[in-house]
Amino acid sequence: MGGGAVTDGLRVDVDLPGRVRAELEAAAGEVVVLIGPNGAGKSSVLQAVAGVEPGAVRVGATDWTHLPVPARRVGYVVQDRSLFPHLTALQNVAFGPRARGRSRRDAERTAHEWLARFGLADLADRRPDRLSGGQAQRVAIARALATEPEVLLLDEPFAGLDVGVAAALRVELARHLRDFAGVTLLVTHDAIDALTLADRVVVLDEGRVAQAGTPADVSAHPRTRHVARLVGLNVVTAGDDLVAFRPDAVVVSPREPQGSSRLRWHGPVASMTPHGDAVRLLVHAEQDLLADVTPGAAAELGLEPGREVWLSVKATAVRRYAADTMRP
Amino acid sequence: MTGPRLGRVPAVLVLPALVATTLLVVPLLTLVLDTPWRTLPGHVASEAVQDALLITGLTSLLTVVACVLLGTPLAWLLARVDFRGRRVLRALVLVPLVLPPVVAGVALVTALGRSGVIGQHLPFTIPYTTAGVVLAHTFVSMPFYVLAVEGALRTHGASYDVVAATLGADRWTTFRRVTLPLALPGILAGSALAWARSLGEFGATITFAGNYPGTTQTMPSLIYVALNSQPEVARTLSLVLLVLSVGVLVLLRERWAVAR
Repeated sequence: MGGGAVTDGLRVDVDLPGRVRAELEAAAGEVVVLIGPNGAGKSSVLQAVAGVEPGAVRVGATDWTHLPVPARRVGYVVQDRSLFPHLTALQNVAFGPRARGRSRRDAERTAHEWLARFGLADLADRRPDRLSGGQAQRVAIARALATEPEVLLLDEPFAGLDVGVAAALRVELARHLRDFAGVTLLVTHDAIDALTLADRVVVLDEGRVAQAGTPADVSAHPRTRHVARLVGLNVVTAGDDLVAFRPDAVVVSPREPQGSSRLRWHGPVASMTPHGDAVRLLVHAEQDLLADVTPGAAAELGLEPGREVWLSVKATAVRRYAADTMRP
Repeated sequence: MTGPRLGRVPAVLVLPALVATTLLVVPLLTLVLDTPWRTLPGHVASEAVQDALLITGLTSLLTVVACVLLGTPLAWLLARVDFRGRRVLRALVLVPLVLPPVVAGVALVTALGRSGVIGQHLPFTIPYTTAGVVLAHTFVSMPFYVLAVEGALRTHGASYDVVAATLGADRWTTFRRVTLPLALPGILAGSALAWARSLGEFGATITFAGNYPGTTQTMPSLIYVALNSQPEVARTLSLVLLVLSVGVLVLLRERWAVAR
């Protein structure tokens, strides 16, 4: 069973003039993933909750807006981890409980428990410079949770980790987050994090909430190109509707395709990259579109960057939804 | 020579560099070579020298203690707290760095001399006492210390402070358990600088505290006195100070090598 005081939820209202204007709410026990491009203001939201940046914050019945940082019950895992380099893993995790008034023995017992929970019991006496990236990140998360926060803030927790390490930590973190009774805000630019960890996804773009919903909603009905690209979908505007379709549903041909039930676009190939067994094309049509073709087809069509191609997709392979649905 | 071949090194640069090197090295070399090694132990053992060594050792040590106790909080304020007049304060702190030491001495006399602006109201006298020596030394050494420690505090940034605060630590706890341990290399380097400055301090000391054997006569003051009457003693003492100073330099280099 994880720590964390039970809250009635969180309400954040960040207003940094010219940069971020975002409101969001989260219920107790909920994992909210903030996703969006660089500079969208994701980290600013976390900093506002932690009290490092100004912003109106209400947790349950308590107004945190004017509380100094140490008085806020947050666990904040910053992006560069910032484990104290002069303290061992155990001392790092024990730091919070001690700072909050527990005795050294008591704090170190708690720290031991948390390290054990993250499978790091035998690394307790190591300094951060002798921990691997994945181990250091586990210590950082254990340190944040050891203070039994009401709100857990995770800023790009998998950044800078090897793919395999990140995948293992993602699974482990999901387990810990299930046990955590408080609110979790997790910032990422990786759709996998959002789809695997989130109860709710909030998409930030240019300092504003562009979309909010369950991972399934957001990935099925992306409202911005950025979200579409993140979840690997094409989204185009068709009248008042948005149309979403998968790159592997796109047919690539050298000449304008026939048939009335098809949506079609025309433009030069911008780039070609391996994508699983396929080759993923980025085509500069009226807007950028993704298309997956087999390597054989790519060779047969003589595809190369700069080559003009036609893209088309069957009407039955697209999802059409009103542009004003899924408003946050 | 490594690096790209950019052509011959011009003589117009090499010659002045050689002159500069000569200027720096030759006097120290003659000091070492011309030391009366045979009589050295006798000179060092003399009462005046022993007293001066003791005073210098004691005052320079107390100076370092004063710098650490007072200068560390000042460096922390300058590095970590955003307050009005911070830039002005930093500039003021640095003034003694460029001030001629004798002017520092006159300023101290003006403030704390027996009939000084503040000194005349004090129930005790500071000038011409060992405490006065420590005060003068602290005045001239503090800027070196504060600069070194402030630099160390800045290189470790404020990000650890933020993390500590989110973990519930107040600023005093953060200072004790995070900031201070991380700034330790800077504190040691600053202490060594302050100590070296204190060892050689002459102008402010002799102006403010005088040159009384046994109470305020430090090594530099004794050397100054001895140079006319007993040049051999002056040279011996100078060699002792040279060795101590080089020792500080070595200490600092080790420190910097470790800190990187």
